[in-house]
Amino acid sequence: MAKAIETAAIQPVKASRWPKIYAALRAAPLIPLSIIVVFVLAAVLADVVTFHDAYQVRLPDRLIPPFWQDGGSWSHPLGTDPLGRDVLTRIIYGARVSIIIAGAALAIGGGFGTLIGLTAGYYGGKIDTILMRLADITLAFPLILFAILLVMVLGPSMMNVIVAIALVLWARYARVIRGEVLGLMQRDFIARARVSGASDWRIMMRHLLPNVMPTLIVLLTLQVGWVIIVEASLSFLGAGIPPPTPAWGGMLAEGREYVSTAWWVTTAPGIAIMLVVLAFNLCGDWLRERLDPKQRNV
Amino acid sequence: MQRYIVRRVGEAVLALFALSIIIFLMVRLTGDPALLMLPPDAGADALEDIQRSMGLDKPLVVQYGLFIRDYAQGSFGDSLRSKTPVSDLIKERLPNSLKLVGAAAVIVLLISIPLGVLSAVYKGTWIDTLATGFAVLGQAVPVFWLGILMIQLFTVKLGWLPSSGMGGLDHYVMPAFALGFFTVAAIQRLLRSSLLEAMDSEYIKLARIKGLSEFKVVWKHALRNSLISVITLGGIYIAILITLGILVEVVFAWPGMGRLMFQGIVFRDFPVVQAVVLISAAIVIFSSLVVDIAYAYLDPRIRLQ
Repeated sequence: MAKAIETAAIQPVKASRWPKIYAALRAAPLIPLSIIVVFVLAAVLADVVTFHDAYQVRLPDRLIPPFWQDGGSWSHPLGTDPLGRDVLTRIIYGARVSIIIAGAALAIGGGFGTLIGLTAGYYGGKIDTILMRLADITLAFPLILFAILLVMVLGPSMMNVIVAIALVLWARYARVIRGEVLGLMQRDFIARARVSGASDWRIMMRHLLPNVMPTLIVLLTLQVGWVIIVEASLSFLGAGIPPPTPAWGGMLAEGREYVSTAWWVTTAPGIAIMLVVLAFNLCGDWLRERLDPKQRNV
Repeated sequence: MQRYIVRRVGEAVLALFALSIIIFLMVRLTGDPALLMLPPDAGADALEDIQRSMGLDKPLVVQYGLFIRDYAQGSFGDSLRSKTPVSDLIKERLPNSLKLVGAAAVIVLLISIPLGVLSAVYKGTWIDTLATGFAVLGQAVPVFWLGILMIQLFTVKLGWLPSSGMGGLDHYVMPAFALGFFTVAAIQRLLRSSLLEAMDSEYIKLARIKGLSEFKVVWKHALRNSLISVITLGGIYIAILITLGILVEVVFAWPGMGRLMFQGIVFRDFPVVQAVVLISAAIVIFSSLVVDIAYAYLDPRIRLQ
């Protein structure tokens, strides 16, 4: 194992496999990065950059088209939804919901999974076998189905969506981190730390954790998009963020009946989800190339 | 081989067991489970009946036994909305869902494999750019939005295809394509990189030296080995198709399990949702088990581990 990793580290990076446009994006993922920056800024500054109330129902203003269509105006640049709420405002507040859920679910699931992975890889033996069996069983759960049921029982709320996603998410981190730790355990610096009398906890936190960081960061980045899609799917099905909270998946569900008359109600949140997920996936690919060449096929 | 099969079967059974325990405990620890199984306007008599039939006065272990016994016998309780047994609803809907997933699987295989091969053979050309762009996009577009976009284009604008329900073959086109899109993208990407790796290998050089036609080299020798990497993930792809199927069924009003569950969520019809989730999860877990075992037969490296 250790040998395999060492040779992997000195192998030259293979010539770019992706076509030119994609390679250019990856060499400097400026566009994805700026999408992420806009997304984060929108989430943080939602109260400052919007001029409408995200919740206030105004039936006389319902289904106003975006500004470039007949009947549209700049006061509602992306139009209004079936309840007369400004679509752009709700998209911006929806960014906040997405970022909170993705951040919290990844922090809880990823943090817990990393801890399990470190423990399993460090102690080995029976502890390792039991923890990894548990991870494999969790990986066998279809996440969306599990989350739907949990939300049905506990009631739809942001907290319950986060808990449901984190409960399945940890397993992937446990598996990947444990694999990395097994390789690291053979290395001299771990033996030296042991000899110098470092505690188990200290070895895990000060010696193993920093070495698995690149893998962890890549995995976290690649999963942001996935968590956002899962959350949107749950909200779309009515088992996620309950209305009237503006969530992108919920907005799509609310606009579904109006596809033939008011295309903008579903198109705007759809594009928002696509852009953000695309941005995180491209950045994740780029980071993987940079930080962690041996993880390329995860 | 035998050890591998035993281990994988054990894992699948444990996964189902764990899922049933989690559901069982979740329902009982977060309030009165009998309330979940009844409509909000039910009387005290009905409540007592349900409490007795679920064995809520007995110890947890006995309750779990009853829960498993009912499910093993195929009795999932009555739907709160239609008052009919959930098992009847499922019998009616399950074949429809399987048809949709089957149609999507055919589309996935028909599109993703040629696309993966083309983008590897014409690496760096516009064909590759197009195919790869398609794959990158496919993993970022939520299926339910894709479905809505397709309805807007092909039903509302062009009037070519029906937007909802089941019927002739034309009813399958949009749902099956929307459902397969994500998986097409995933397989195309994977196949492309493993084909490029295979094309660099010694046995392909040998095949070329032997003077085989380029067509044979690619489609027979390289593709065969590269497909193994796709089959490895076959179980995951099936799981993805089944889960995404729920969303697609909702968008296209497809009368399957997904739509049944969606209505269950909307009407807070817990027995329906619980049964659909457990049955779908069982199908996912067992189909990935079957794929893994089939794969072990195909690839001696797994078998001999």
